[in-house]
Amino acid sequence: MNQTMKSFWAGGRAVSPLLVGVFPFGLIYGAVALGAGLSPAAAQMMSSIVFAGSAQFVAAQLVHESAPGLIIVLTIAIVNLRHVLYSASVAPYIEHLPTRWKTLLAYFLTDEAYATTIIHYEEEEFTPTSHWFFLGAGLALWTTWQVSSGLGIFLGAAIPASWPLDFALPLTFIAMVVPVLKDKPVVAAALSAGIVALLAFNLPYKLGLILAALVGIFIGTYLENRSSQKETL
Amino acid sequence: MNIWLVMLLGGALTFGMRLSFIYLFGRFEIPATVKRALRFVPPAVLSAIIAPALFMPDNTLDLSWSNYRLMAGAVAILVAWRTKNTLLTLLAGIMALLILQVVFR
Repeated sequence: MNQTMKSFWAGGRAVSPLLVGVFPFGLIYGAVALGAGLSPAAAQMMSSIVFAGSAQFVAAQLVHESAPGLIIVLTIAIVNLRHVLYSASVAPYIEHLPTRWKTLLAYFLTDEAYATTIIHYEEEEFTPTSHWFFLGAGLALWTTWQVSSGLGIFLGAAIPASWPLDFALPLTFIAMVVPVLKDKPVVAAALSAGIVALLAFNLPYKLGLILAALVGIFIGTYLENRSSQKETL
Repeated sequence: MNIWLVMLLGGALTFGMRLSFIYLFGRFEIPATVKRALRFVPPAVLSAIIAPALFMPDNTLDLSWSNYRLMAGAVAILVAWRTKNTLLTLLAGIMALLILQVVFR
């Protein structure tokens, strides 16, 4: 096997432990997207067009709440803002590649592919075939995400309509938020966002959601800046 | 707005953000405060969705014992905190809601 294929498969192998967590997540996405009122075709295509787990869950929930399209687009963008950071972080390692490679790898730059690839770049030997490692990790994740969401859509159609499947989305969000509530700034961000969301619920166009998210992000960042300033004094 | 248009715009923005610095490398530097702020995006956005789903199931504030979604949500928060497991949290919350609905109908 040549070096190119070795790197490609090494990327797939490196991301595989994360795929164990991604698979059930995709199943749940497929099932709840149907429950939220998306057509099977739209639910499946979102997995390749948007290709970002948490943003897809949020978009499905907002479709269920009949939020205006522009608000859904804006929320997807806010949820995916972190990808700008990933982009900046991998940029120096793929700077030398032609634009078509950069474009392809950017499409595959998910949380999991990023985490796997950046460790490879930073800790292991950086070789001329390292971008094949990135591609291998990205493609393994992409395939897992498409198959698991497809299977979720298939299984979701079999769940009785009387089940409160629309409640599965907020529950999934609880499962995502609770484990990261580890320090004061994060807890403050979550609580303030939740309270503002209740107070501003009646604003038109679901703007209360955007306002609440911005207040939470601001309060968390403000508290963290303040405590880090204290440390340096 | 059509759902397909929403997905195309949302997907284009996501792809644009993923490509941003890969494409513009060396021409911009991300400010430290922005880097710091990103950590708070998921808990803030998700909490802003969770709170109304639990406290306002019928679009008005409901803090009574008969708000089963709030009770089931509390069970889910407890399970998420103890197990950190998505699937278990989901099952516990759904089961709690189903049981409450059947028992206290």
